[in-house]
Amino acid sequence: MPELARAAWSRRLLLALLLAPALLWLSLLIVLPHLDLALLSFRERIAPRQFVPSLAQYRTFFTEPLYWHVFLRTALMSAGATALTLLVAFPIAWTIAKLARGRMSALLFVVCLIPFWVSETVRTLGWMILLRESGVLPQLLVHLGITAQPVELLYHDATILVGLVYTSLLFMVVPLVGSLESLDNALIEAAYDLGAKGGAILREIVIPHAAPGITAGCIVVFMLTLGNYLTPTLLGGKNSLWFTEQIYNQFITRFNWEQGAAFGFLLLALSTAMVWFGLKASGQRFSDVMRRT
Amino acid sequence: MSATASASSAPADLEARAVSKRFGAHLAVDNLSFAVARGSFFSILGPSGCGKTTLLRMIAGFIQPDGGSIAIGGRDMAGVGPNRRPVNMVFQQLALFPMMSVSENVAFGLARRGMARAERVRKAEAMLERVGLAGAGGKRTDELSGGQRQRVAIARSMVLEPTLLLLDEPLGALDLKLREHMKLELKQLQASFGTTFVYITHDQSEALVLSDHVGVMNHGHFEQLGTPQQLYYAPATPFVAGFVGNNNRVAGKALALEGALVQVGTAAGWSVRARAHGTIAVGSAVEAFIRPESAMLGRSAADFPPGQLAYTGEVLSLLFDGANSVVLLRELQSGQELRIALPQTGAYADLKVGDRIHFGFDPERAICFPAAAAHA
Repeated sequence: MPELARAAWSRRLLLALLLAPALLWLSLLIVLPHLDLALLSFRERIAPRQFVPSLAQYRTFFTEPLYWHVFLRTALMSAGATALTLLVAFPIAWTIAKLARGRMSALLFVVCLIPFWVSETVRTLGWMILLRESGVLPQLLVHLGITAQPVELLYHDATILVGLVYTSLLFMVVPLVGSLESLDNALIEAAYDLGAKGGAILREIVIPHAAPGITAGCIVVFMLTLGNYLTPTLLGGKNSLWFTEQIYNQFITRFNWEQGAAFGFLLLALSTAMVWFGLKASGQRFSDVMRRT
Repeated sequence: MSATASASSAPADLEARAVSKRFGAHLAVDNLSFAVARGSFFSILGPSGCGKTTLLRMIAGFIQPDGGSIAIGGRDMAGVGPNRRPVNMVFQQLALFPMMSVSENVAFGLARRGMARAERVRKAEAMLERVGLAGAGGKRTDELSGGQRQRVAIARSMVLEPTLLLLDEPLGALDLKLREHMKLELKQLQASFGTTFVYITHDQSEALVLSDHVGVMNHGHFEQLGTPQQLYYAPATPFVAGFVGNNNRVAGKALALEGALVQVGTAAGWSVRARAHGTIAVGSAVEAFIRPESAMLGRSAADFPPGQLAYTGEVLSLLFDGANSVVLLRELQSGQELRIALPQTGAYADLKVGDRIHFGFDPERAICFPAAAAHA
């Protein structure tokens, strides 16, 4: 009996040791700073070095139209970017999972991965070189006689969307390939044999089967997009009006940490709400979806 | 090669004319022609890789033939997609839709035809009742047993009232007991629906039990097309003789001709008489096939009719399997090994390994082919 108890105890110790790095990481680098930020967001400075608990930071968000306009715009554009990414990634994932064979399929995967060997900053600066007024693409348009003057392609909402889709593509393709590969081709053939056309097969067979993968990809891409700072700021310039930029401004430019912390929590609440809503709307369970990512 | 699978004058539901399909250097289906009469059960029997799956997929429309034509219900199917053919298929792994209930599975094809929901549900329920699954419509497909899943797959196709139902080795995934049961059920279902079934299998027993006509396929062409009885009692080629049912294959030379009979001698010096198939010259290489159940056993040489060759053998092993029991014998002089069915009377129930016993064959029930005709 003591033999057994000792074995159980050492097994528990082993488990604790294995989990220790992850638990330390979570508690020290994520949970603790967030607790501190939460405390920050619920206080107000009434005099130098004098603070009182208050909801003033959250009140400012709702009374100042710029803040919640930017907030809403960020949410809508992120949702739009996620939808666009899904539309672009689906045919790519289908090609990799169902059409390409062996080496070809691996090669296509690598092609999707290659942009991520370069840092996001360099990639985005590359886009700027292509799109700015004196850049490659506007010059080409003039050269081909499509536009008389070089046009500024940077600093548009569409430019931000293109950049966000490009950055997010891989994170949508990976879960989609996983869920499409597990789809038995015989199911598609059976549906075809029973009289279904392409649209009905996609709607009735492929999408229901791939739903956990689609939801997983959408959650990841939405979170990445919502929290992205570099791409909207560089490609959208001053007009980008991205909510992370507001948070940055509060912390770094205005040195108003209380306001920045409140904004941070509002963004966290938004992404949580959107994920919850997305899961409800698609009828997926969180645990099933997470297994796909 | 051209043949019609029916002697009657019923119109053909399926007619293939000179159909060919090539994958690279491999000729999967070689200039194949046949017809299947309305309401009959037709099987394509062959070893794996013989081209039967390719043939079935061409009938279903998943692949296009390189040459020749396929007509279904009298209509040429060139350029008609699988979703527009009056043909449905029961897949090898059944391919039931796991994201749908049993009832939705059965109603899937009806929905694609634009049938109203209430009508669809009613028809699906009626079809489920017909295959003995009344009330199972609300279940998920993984809640069903193997046999029930089988019936859902058939119901899903039959509810569309196809001209032709294709079945791609649907019993392969079932265990032996259930397979025997489903064989019977499939035959009854076919009889009650009256639909033309085209069934592919590598299992000769399935083909013999189920079919009105069987095409034995090898290397992309039919070796023989006929009723199960014709295949069994009058095989047209050595391949059919070896593939359909059990057979003792004896390779040797033609020693002498006696009317329609050939005396076959093996290299080890054993000789047996068999009915000649085709023209056989004395001295040419031949192969003879002797069914295990066509042999007679005797306690003494006097048990055999005069004029019949009788041999003495030693029992190598006994394979007791009820009505299908056989004994493996070694002929004493030449060492030739033979498989002989034990009579069901139990007369030889006391036989032991090592016993000596006499045996002989009715030469009319053994068949001899010229060896050069062998395709395999």
